[in-house]
Amino acid sequence: SFSFSPTFTFSKFQILSRIPQPASLPALDISTNSNGPKQDSLMDDDPEDLFAGATEEVSLDSPERDVLLSDGPSPAITPITPPTSVIAPRIGHIEEEEGGDSFDVHISVSDPEKTSLSVFKQRDFSVKRRFSDFLGLHSKLASKYLHIGYIVPPAPEKSIVGMTKVKVGKEDQSSNEFVEKRRSALERYLMRTVKHPILLKDPDVLQFLENSELPRAVNTQALSSAGILRMVNKAADAVNKMTIKMNESDAWFEEKQQHFENLDVQLRKLHASVESLVCHRKELSVNTAQFAKSAAMLGNSEDHTALSRALSQLAEVEEKIDQLHQDQANADFYLFSELLGDYVRLITAVKGVFDHRIKTWQKWQDSQVLLLKKREAEAKLQFTNKPDKLQQAKDEIKELEGKVQQGERDFEQISKIIRKEVGRFEKERVKDFKTIIVKYLESLVQTQQQLIKYWEAFLPEAKAIS
Amino acid sequence: HLEAIDSSPSPRAMNVDLEMDATLQVDISDALSERDKVKFTVHTKSTLPNFKQNEFSVVRQHEEFIWLHDSFIENEDYAGYIIPPAPPRPDFDASREKLQKLGEGEGSMTKEEFTKMKQELEAEYLAIFKKTVAMHEVFLCRVAAHPVLRKDLNFHVFLEYNQDLSVRGKNKKEKLEDFFKNVVKSADGVLVAGVKDVDDFFEHEKTFLLEYHNRVKDASAKCDRMIRSHKNAADDMNRIASSLYTLGTQDSMDLCKFFLKVSELFDKTRKVEARVAADEDLKLADLLKYYLRESQAAKDLLYRRSRALVDYENANKGLDKARAKNRDVLQAETSQQLCCHKFEKISESAKQELIDFKTRRVAAFRKNLVELAELELKHAKVRRGRPGLDITALSGLQTPGWF
Repeated sequence: SFSFSPTFTFSKFQILSRIPQPASLPALDISTNSNGPKQDSLMDDDPEDLFAGATEEVSLDSPERDVLLSDGPSPAITPITPPTSVIAPRIGHIEEEEGGDSFDVHISVSDPEKTSLSVFKQRDFSVKRRFSDFLGLHSKLASKYLHIGYIVPPAPEKSIVGMTKVKVGKEDQSSNEFVEKRRSALERYLMRTVKHPILLKDPDVLQFLENSELPRAVNTQALSSAGILRMVNKAADAVNKMTIKMNESDAWFEEKQQHFENLDVQLRKLHASVESLVCHRKELSVNTAQFAKSAAMLGNSEDHTALSRALSQLAEVEEKIDQLHQDQANADFYLFSELLGDYVRLITAVKGVFDHRIKTWQKWQDSQVLLLKKREAEAKLQFTNKPDKLQQAKDEIKELEGKVQQGERDFEQISKIIRKEVGRFEKERVKDFKTIIVKYLESLVQTQQQLIKYWEAFLPEAKAIS
Repeated sequence: HLEAIDSSPSPRAMNVDLEMDATLQVDISDALSERDKVKFTVHTKSTLPNFKQNEFSVVRQHEEFIWLHDSFIENEDYAGYIIPPAPPRPDFDASREKLQKLGEGEGSMTKEEFTKMKQELEAEYLAIFKKTVAMHEVFLCRVAAHPVLRKDLNFHVFLEYNQDLSVRGKNKKEKLEDFFKNVVKSADGVLVAGVKDVDDFFEHEKTFLLEYHNRVKDASAKCDRMIRSHKNAADDMNRIASSLYTLGTQDSMDLCKFFLKVSELFDKTRKVEARVAADEDLKLADLLKYYLRESQAAKDLLYRRSRALVDYENANKGLDKARAKNRDVLQAETSQQLCCHKFEKISESAKQELIDFKTRRVAAFRKNLVELAELELKHAKVRRGRPGLDITALSGLQTPGWF
C-alpha cells in the first residue's frame, strides 16, 4: 500500500521547475497583432552564414551562442520586450470538477521591470486552469508552429498508462497518485513551453498565462473526431515519408536524423528499464512492509526477552526502510523515468519536424515539376492558334513561378529554423539530463545516508541480545 | 517462573557453540557439483577410540544424509531428543533454468550485457552451492555436538566407511508410506495437543512452539519475497547500466562522458544491491528457514512425549482394569512400568533439549542479526560513496570521477 497523503507536495520535485534558464533573451520584433509568426518577418533573421557553424556541440556556458540564436531587428515592426529572464511555473492541484481537474498555475518572473509585456509586470501571479486548457494550448501551438519547423513540446498524455482514474473518493491513494503524476507532467510541459523563446511570445501562450477564464477547448475530448483526424494524419504521414526519397544535399540533416533515430531507440529501451525498476522498487516496498509485520509477530512470540526486543527493533527498522523504498521509487519515477518519458515524446516531435521539412521539400519539388509541365504545354500551344489558351497558360506559369519561389523560400526557412531549434533542443537536453540525473543520484545518496542511520541504531540492539 | 528456567544452570555442560569440541570435529572440506548430483567431502578429526584413524575423509551424497537422519528418527532410543533437521535437497533447477534461458537469448543482447548477466547467474549458482554445503555441514555438526547422537553407530559408519553406503533414495511406495505416516502424525498431533499437560514447563513449551513455528514460517516466506524484489531491482539496474553505456558511446560529446560515468555508477550500485540481497539471504532468510525446521523438530519431540504420556495413561487405566478384574495383572504391571519409564526418560531429556534449543536459537539469532546489521551498514556506506566529494562535480566532470 502506498502512503500518499493528500497534502503531500513533493517539495523536492518542485525544484524541477526552478532549473535556471538560459541567459537573457534579447529583444524580439514581432507584431502583436499577428496570430503567429509571419513567414516574411522571420526572413529577416540572422544571415545564413551564422548557421553554417551551428553544430550540436554546445557547451553549457557559451553566451555567444544565445546571441546567435536570436532574431535580428527589423525597423518596420513595433518591438516588444519579453521578460529578460526566467519564468518559473509551479503548478498546484486545486479541486476536481465534473469537467476534469483544475490546477493552480503560479508564475514567478525574476525581472518584471525589464519586460514590456503587461502580463509579466508582476513578480508573482497565478491563474487557474483546467487540464483541457493545457491540451487546448498545445493543440493551438502545434498547429501554428510544428509545420514550419519549431519543436513544440508535446502535451501530457490524457490517460496515464497503467493508471485509469478511479473516482472512488478524494482519499483514494491511487487517485492521489494519478493526480500527482498529472500535475507534475503539466508543470514540466508548461516549463518547457515558456522556456522556448518563440513560444513565450505567442499570443495564445500569453493569453493562457494571463486571462482569468479561458473558453473550453473543444477538441481535446479523448478520441474526439479531431483527435482521430490527427491520428489518421500521422499514419498517412508515416506512409508518405516512406515513399518520398529526398535528395539530401545537406549532410547535417542526414546526420541529425540518424542521431535522433538512434537516440529514440536507446531512450525507449532505457525508459523501459527504469519503469521496470520503479515497479520492482514498489514491490520491494510492499514486501518489506509485510516482512516488518511478520518480524514483529515473531518478536512477540519469542520468549527470550532480549531477543524479542531485538526482533521488534528489526521490525521497526524494516518498516522505516519500507518508507525509504517508497520515497526512492518516487524519485526513480518523477526524476528519472519521467525525464526519459518526456524526451521520448519530445524526440517524436523532433522527428515530426524533420518530416515536415521533407514534406515542404516535396511540395516545392511538386510545384517545380508542375511548372515544367506547364512550360512544355505552353511551348506546344505556341504553335497552335489559340491566343486565349496561350494567355491562360502564361498566367498559370506566372503563378507557378511564384509558387516555386515560395516553395524554395519555405524550404530554406524551415531548414534554417530546424537547425536553430535542434541547437537549442540539444543544449536543453544536455542540461536537463545532467541536472536531473545528478539530482536523482543525490536522492540515491540520501537514501543510503538514511539506511546507514537505521542500521547503526539497530546494531547495538542486536549486540545486546544475551 | 520462566525467568527461573532461563537463569538455571544446565545440568549437563552442553556445547552450544558447535565448533569447539576437540574429541569430534566434523566439517565439509570440499564439494563438487556434477550435473544433478552434489558430492560432499566429509572430513572428520577425532580423538575417540572408536575410529581407526585420527583424521579421515569420505565422499557422501545428499541421500546418505537423509538416510542418517531417518535412522535417528526411527530409533526409539532417541525419542527424547530434538533430532537435528535434515538438510534440504540441493536445488539448482531454478538457477540452471536461468542460465539456459540466458544462453538462448544470447543473440538478443549486447556482448557486455550477456557477459554481465552470465557473471551474475554464475555468482547466484555459486551462492546456492555454498548454501547447500553450509546446510549439510550444520546438520553434521549438530549431530557431532549432541552427547548421545554423536555416539550413534550409523553416524560413525557415515563418517568413516569410505565406500558408497548404497542407500538408494526412497522408492514411490516408501514415499507414499511416509506421506501417510505424516498425515496420521498431524491428525494425532492435533488430538494430543488438545490434552492439557500437568507439567507447566511443557504446557508453556507446547503453546510457545506452536505459535513460534507458524510465525517463523510466515517470516521466512515474507523474507524470501523481499529478497526476490531486491534481486529484481538489481537486475533492472544492470539493464539500466547497459543502456546508459550504449548511450554513452553514441551520444553527443557533452553527454557521452556523463552517460558513461553514470553507467559505471549504476553498475556499482547494482553489484552492491545484489550483494545486499545475497547477505540478507544468508543471514536472515537461511536463519529463519533453519529455525523453521528446528522448531518443527522440537514440535516432533513434544509430540513423541505426548504420545508416550497417552500410552502411559492408557497403561495406567489398563492396570486398574486388570486389578479390578484380577486378570493379567503382571502383564499390565510390566506394561505400565515400561510406559512410565519411557515417558519419564523422554520428559527428562526433552526438558534439557528444549532449554538447549532456546539457548542455541538465541545465540544463532544474535550472531546473524549482528552480522546482518554490519553487512547492511557496509553496503550502504559503499553505495553512498565517500563523504565530502561533490556530486555536482559530475555534471561538469571537473574532478576525476565521483565513485
